[in-house]
Amino acid sequence: MNEISPIRPEAAVEATTFTGNRALMLEEPLIFEMGLEEGTGVDFSSVPANSNGSPRLGGLERNRPIDLPGLSEPQAVRHYTRLSRQNYGIDLGFFPLGSCTMKHNPRLNEKVARMPGFADVHPLQPVDTVQGALALIDLVGHWLVTLTGMHSVAMSPKAGAHGELCGLLAIRSALEARGDARQVVLVPESAHGTNPATAAFCGYRVENIPATDRGRVDTDALKARLGPDVAAVMITNPNTCGLFEPDMAVISEAVHGAGALVYCDGANFNAIVGRVRPGDLGIDAMHINLHKTFSTPHGGGGPGAGPVVFSEALTPFAPLPFVERQGDSFALVEEGTAGADHERTFGRMTAFHGQMGMFTRAAAYMLSHGADGLRQVSEDAVLNANYLLRQLEDVLDAPFAGSGPCMHEALFSDRGFIGGLSTLDLAKGLIDEGFHPMTMYFPLVVHGAMLVEPTETESKAALDQFIGALRSVAERAKAGDQSLKEAPIHAPRRRLDETLAARRPVLTYRAREVRQAAE
Amino acid sequence: MSLYFTPEHEWIRVDGETATVGITDHAQGQLGDVVFVEVPESGKAISKGAEAAVVESVKAASDVYSPVSGEVLEGNQALVDDPSLVNTSPEGEGWFFTLRLTDPGELDTLMDEPAYRAYVEGL
Amino acid sequence: MRYLPLSDADRGTMLSAIGAASIDDLFIDVPEAARLSTKIAGLPDHASELSVERQLGAMARRNIVAGDVPFFLGCGAYKHHIPASVDHLIQRGEFLTSYTPYQPEIAQGTLQGLFEFQTQVARLYGCDVANASMYDGSTACWEAIGMARRVTKRAKAILSSGLHPHYVEVCRTMARFTGDVLDSALLELGAETDFQRLLNAIDADTSCVVVQYPDILGRIGDLSELAARCHENKALLIAVVTEPVALGALRPPGEMGADIVVGEGQSLGVGLNFGGPYVGLFACSEKLVRQMPGRLCGETVDADGKRGFVLTLSTREQHIRREKATSNICTNSGLCALAWTIHMTLLGEQGLRTLAGINHDKACAAADRLAGLAGVDVVNDKFFNEFAVRLPKPSRPVVRAMADRGVLGGVSLGRLYPGATALENGLVVAVTETVTDEDIEALAGALQEALA
Repeated sequence: MNEISPIRPEAAVEATTFTGNRALMLEEPLIFEMGLEEGTGVDFSSVPANSNGSPRLGGLERNRPIDLPGLSEPQAVRHYTRLSRQNYGIDLGFFPLGSCTMKHNPRLNEKVARMPGFADVHPLQPVDTVQGALALIDLVGHWLVTLTGMHSVAMSPKAGAHGELCGLLAIRSALEARGDARQVVLVPESAHGTNPATAAFCGYRVENIPATDRGRVDTDALKARLGPDVAAVMITNPNTCGLFEPDMAVISEAVHGAGALVYCDGANFNAIVGRVRPGDLGIDAMHINLHKTFSTPHGGGGPGAGPVVFSEALTPFAPLPFVERQGDSFALVEEGTAGADHERTFGRMTAFHGQMGMFTRAAAYMLSHGADGLRQVSEDAVLNANYLLRQLEDVLDAPFAGSGPCMHEALFSDRGFIGGLSTLDLAKGLIDEGFHPMTMYFPLVVHGAMLVEPTETESKAALDQFIGALRSVAERAKAGDQSLKEAPIHAPRRRLDETLAARRPVLTYRAREVRQAAE
Repeated sequence: MSLYFTPEHEWIRVDGETATVGITDHAQGQLGDVVFVEVPESGKAISKGAEAAVVESVKAASDVYSPVSGEVLEGNQALVDDPSLVNTSPEGEGWFFTLRLTDPGELDTLMDEPAYRAYVEGL
Repeated sequence: MRYLPLSDADRGTMLSAIGAASIDDLFIDVPEAARLSTKIAGLPDHASELSVERQLGAMARRNIVAGDVPFFLGCGAYKHHIPASVDHLIQRGEFLTSYTPYQPEIAQGTLQGLFEFQTQVARLYGCDVANASMYDGSTACWEAIGMARRVTKRAKAILSSGLHPHYVEVCRTMARFTGDVLDSALLELGAETDFQRLLNAIDADTSCVVVQYPDILGRIGDLSELAARCHENKALLIAVVTEPVALGALRPPGEMGADIVVGEGQSLGVGLNFGGPYVGLFACSEKLVRQMPGRLCGETVDADGKRGFVLTLSTREQHIRREKATSNICTNSGLCALAWTIHMTLLGEQGLRTLAGINHDKACAAADRLAGLAGVDVVNDKFFNEFAVRLPKPSRPVVRAMADRGVLGGVSLGRLYPGATALENGLVVAVTETVTDEDIEALAGALQEALA
C-alpha cells in the first residue's frame, strides 16, 4: 500500500456524465452528506409538553445534539431504493453461494410472518393470550423432530452458530452430569470456522481430524484419536466438500463407545431432507439453519434461526424456555415453570423464545411442500448440483468428482489457472457476466476452492446459462487472460481496497473536515 | 552477530545477549499486505515457542512465536504504527521485538540461513 | 410444486447427462440402512398457498394482538409505531434475498446501509464505533462481558440488580461454561438503583460492571461515577439499553464514560414478533475495536478511486481465527438492522426527540393516573417511558385478570422473577406513543376491577 489519501466523495463523479450516474446506475450519497439535520419523515399527532426537560428524567436530559439526519418519506424511499439497486439478490438472478443455500424465498412466507397475530404479539403476554403463537412454535418443532428422526428440539437459538453453542452446551452439561470433565472436541479440518470457534467458546480445546483424499473424514484417524479426554466430535454431514459422510453411523458408534457425543452441523441438511433422517445415523445433537433448508430469507446477513434437535440422551439438558403441549393447550416452560423433570436444563440462551418471525416463514414453507415436496426438494437440489459438476468437470478441476456423485453442491479448484490468475479473478469475472459468484476459498482443504450450490429452485435453463458463462470465464483463467484481473468492470463498484479499509479503519461517518484535521 | 531461522518462518538476529526477532520475507509474501501487528510489552518474560506477537493481513491472522526464551526489551512501535513495514522491509525495519536471551543454548536448535533457504525451497 | 422449476422431462435429461439411471444413484453414499425409500410418515403432503394461509391464519387469530387492545408491556420489547415505508423498503428483493456482503462490488446497498447504521448507533449511544449488529440485546450483553474479559484479562463481572433478569440468566448460563465469575444480586422493588453496591464491589479483579439504563423497573441513574470508579480500577463499564427511544431524551451512556454500550434495537423498525428476530446493538470506544465481536463495515475506495464499503477487520472472526475468534457469531441480524436504520433515518434527530418526548409525557400521565388508584404505589419517580408500581397483591394473577378484561396491562415481576416473593406484587408498565388517553383510562379501570 502506498499513500493513503482522504477519501473524497467527489471522486465518485465520473467524467462521462454531469451527475456521475449512468442511466439506471445511480450514485447515492450517505444520509450524513445530504444536509438534512432538520428533516423528518414522521409526523406526530401531539407535541411533547416536556420538551424542555422533565423533572422525572432525573437531571439526565440529553444536552447535546445526537447529530442524526432525517429524511422525508419520499427522500427516504428513494435513498434506500437506490441503495437496494446496488445489491445482488436471488430475486435478481442465480446465486450459487456454496454452503449458504441461496434458494428462492417464497412471498407467502413473508405474508404469513406479517399476520398481526404473529408479528404484533409481545413475548411476555400471558400465555393464554398467545396460544396460537405457541402452537406455531410447536408445529415447527414437530416437523423438525419428525424430519430428523430425533427426540426433541430446542427452538430458541438465534442462528446456526448459536445453535452449535446450544448443542455443545448440552453435551458439556450431560458429560458434567455424569462427572466427566472431558476437555477436547474433535473437528474435521474441512469444518466451517464456527465449529472450532464454538467449541472454544464453550471452554473446549479443539483438535483437527484430517480428511482422506476422497474428501471425507479420515475415520481411522478419528477412531485412533478417541479416548477418555474427548468430549465430542463435530461433523458436518453432508460435509463442506458437498459429500455425504458414508461412515457417519460407524463414527457415531465409535464415538459413543469411547464415551463421547456426536454433534452434527446441520448446515447442509437441505441436501438430505426427506431422504435421510440424521437420527438414524446415531447423532446426539444437530442445528438446523432455517434460512438454508427452510427458505427463510438471508436478508443481507440475517436474521437466521438455529433450532437444535437432540437425542434422548441430551433432551434433559435442553435450554429454557420451550413450548410444551398440555392436552389442548400449550405451556411455555420457563425458569419459574420448569418442574422437576427439567431440573437438568443448562439454562437460557436468549432473552425470549427464539426467532418467531423465522418460525412462521419456515412453517409456511414446510406446509407448502409437505412430506412429499420436501423429498423432491433434496432430490432436485442434488440433481442440479451433479448436473453442474458433470457439465463443468472437463473445464474446471473437480478434486473429488472421481469418487462419485456430490450432494447439493459441487466443489472445484483453481488448478490449471495460469498467469497469476486465481479463484478470486474468476469470481469477479462471473460478476461481470451477471451472476453472484460461488463461495471462494472454502473449504480450506482444497486450494483455491470454489463451492457451487445451485439449490432446487433453479431451472435447467438458468443452470445452462451459468454453465456457459462459467466455462467461458474458466477458459479465460486457464489461458491467463489478464483482463480478468480488472474484473468486475460492469458492477456498481470495481474491486475494493480491503487493505486500506483494514489498515485505517473508518467504521463510522465523520465529516471530511474532521477527518482531515485528525490526520 | 549471527542470524537464525525457525520452521515457522521467524528470524532471530543475535548480538551478544540481545536478540531481534521478525518474520521472514517468505512469510510476509504468504501473508500478503499486512494490516495489523501486535508486539509484546517490554519486560514480559516469554518462553521458547510461546505466542509473542500477532500479524494480520486482510484475510489471515498468525501468531508469531518466540524462537527462544527471554525477556522482552522492546516491541517495535514503528511497526505498530505502520504495519506495511513487514511487507517492505521484513528483515530490517519490520522487526517485531527485541529480547534478552535467558538460554542461549536454545539457539542451537534453530536453522542457519542456508538451511532455512533450503527449507523454503523444499516447501 | 410451485417452488420447483424442474419438469420431469428436465430431470430425465439431466440424469442422462450425468450418466445416472435414477435419482437414487446420486444418493449411493448414504448407507442402505439410512436411506428412506418413501416420504417421511406422519406429516401432511404439499398444500396450496390458499390452504397454508388458512391454516396459519387460524393459528394467528388465536393470539391477542398488541395493536388491538390497550397495551402496556415492555421489559425488553416495546410496541412502537413503525412507518409503512420501513416494511416496504426491507421487502425489496435486493435487500431481502441478498447474502452477507462477501462480494462487495455487488453488495454496496447492504454495505452502505450498514455503514449508516453503525454511525447512527454510535451517535445514539455516544460511542466512537458500532458493529453491524448482534442477535439481540441479551446475547450482545453476554458478548460485551466476554469482550471485557479479553480486554482486561480478568474474569469477574459485576451485574446490576436492575439488569433484565433474562439477560442475567443468559450471562449465568454462559458464565458456567467460560469460568467467568458473576457478582449479582436480586432486584429490590424500590426507587433507588443499586449503584452504591456496584461502587463498593469494584476491585482489582473486576473486568466490568454491567448496568442497564433505564433499568428493568425503568429507573435512571447517572453512570459517571461508576465509569470513573471502573476506570480507576482498570475495569470497563458496560451499559445495556433495552429501549433505544429513551436515548432521544436521555444522555447517552457513552457520554457518561461507558466503555461498551450494548442493547436491544427492536423498538425501532422491528416490531414485537413474539420475541424475535430482534437486533442487538453493540458499540464501544475506538481503542477496543479489535476485541469487538461481530461484523464491521468500513469505508474504502475501489480501483477507480470511488468510495465504497467492505466488511473489514475480519481477522477477529470465526471464519479466519477459528478457535481464537472474538466470538462464534456469523449470521447476525442484517435485515432488522436495515429496518432499524430506515426507521431512524425517517425520524431524524427531530423526530426521535419528539417521539421520546411523547413517550415520556404519556408515561408520566399514566403514572399519575395509576398513583391515584387505591392501593397502588408508583415505585420510581424517575423514569423514561416505563415505571414500576407496587400492588396490594401478587401482580401475575392481576395481569391475567386484566387480560380477561381486554387490557394487556404490563409485565408482572412474578413472571420475570419466579419465586421471589418480595417482588411478586410488582408490575412494570410501559407507555409508548401508541397508547391513547382512552387506553390509560382502560388500564386504570381494569386494574381497579382486578384489585377489587
